[in-house]
Amino acid sequence: MLTSGLVLGLSISKFNGGDALFQLAMFVILLFLLKKYAFGPLMGIMTQREEHVASEINAAEASRLEASKYLEEQRELLKQSRVEATQLIENAKQQGETQREDIIIQARTEAERLKESAKREIVQEREKAIVALREQVASLSVLIASKVIEKELSEADQEKLINHYIQEAGEER
Amino acid sequence: MNHGAPTQEFLGLTFNLSNVLMITVASAIVFIIATVGSRKLAMKPTGMQNFMEWVMDFVKNMINSSMDWKTGGRFQLLGMTLIMYLFVSNMLGLPFAISYDHELWWKSPTADPVVTLTLAVLVLSLSHFYGIQMKGFKGYLKAYKNPMSLIEEFSNTLTLGLRLYGNIFAGEVLLGLLAGTLAFSGPLGFIGAIIPTLVWQGYSIFVGAIQSFIFVTLTMVYLSHKVSSDH
Repeated sequence: MLTSGLVLGLSISKFNGGDALFQLAMFVILLFLLKKYAFGPLMGIMTQREEHVASEINAAEASRLEASKYLEEQRELLKQSRVEATQLIENAKQQGETQREDIIIQARTEAERLKESAKREIVQEREKAIVALREQVASLSVLIASKVIEKELSEADQEKLINHYIQEAGEER
Repeated sequence: MNHGAPTQEFLGLTFNLSNVLMITVASAIVFIIATVGSRKLAMKPTGMQNFMEWVMDFVKNMINSSMDWKTGGRFQLLGMTLIMYLFVSNMLGLPFAISYDHELWWKSPTADPVVTLTLAVLVLSLSHFYGIQMKGFKGYLKAYKNPMSLIEEFSNTLTLGLRLYGNIFAGEVLLGLLAGTLAFSGPLGFIGAIIPTLVWQGYSIFVGAIQSFIFVTLTMVYLSHKVSSDH
């Protein structure tokens, strides 16, 4: 009884063409309804999200590249400024050195010149003094001589002197 | 399980009204789940949207395992609809069966060979259609240099449909036997039926999920056989 029931349950003694047609129609209708109301929008949002993610990744990549570029630039600038700074210091040092050298040389020549001129002046002064002294001595000796002569040459002496000179002159002859 | 089926003749075609009902119910449930799941779409997914996107990725992985995404992308919608519809259909018959006037009304629509075979024929027809569309008629015919592949087409269709039908139908038959016959045979039978019924229901959930997965995977494999040029 059971088995016959099962066979009856199959109900394929008669082909249900209507069921097949109905199933087909319902499936196609379901497919289109789902496409229109459910899966279409869902697929849309999924592709949209995919695009969004892709664009975000691209943007992130781009900004990362930009950042690394800026970093490199900054690093380059820093290095450059460091080099510049050392160069500046070096230059200043060099300049100071030459300036010092210059000042010393200048001072030395100035001193030399001053010494030289002082020496020359001293010599000149001495010369002048000697000349003056000599003149004074001469005039003084003349004065003294005249004074001595004035004072000492009395009558007798004059006589004596004259005689002396005459005698001398006579003897020479 | 000795139920009849509520059949009705209409325009010269036979309609099994329980199938019509259950197909409609399953379709409605799938539509409601999918629509609710994608109602409030946001870039940052929450709640149901996460689930729907998970299903989407799941199907996408299935397609990717049988063909490349460039050719397979167009089948995603088909795969999504198929897997959700089949899963819901397989689950429908599990919690209860309703019969009225000795006619079985509430069951899994996939527990009927006509329904599963319809889906199988649809899938195989689609594979032929896309095969011609993407490779041209000449390229499509090249696959039939070996006439044995003609047999393969029929066997593929039959196995695809009947595998699903067999699994689900067998599950429902055993559930019907346990819960319908054994439980009403007496108080001892009722107590004895509880645990096997629970176990079998759990197993049937597993089988239903696996069968819907297999159906969609095979769909993608058949499609890729027709569509990809390296086969």
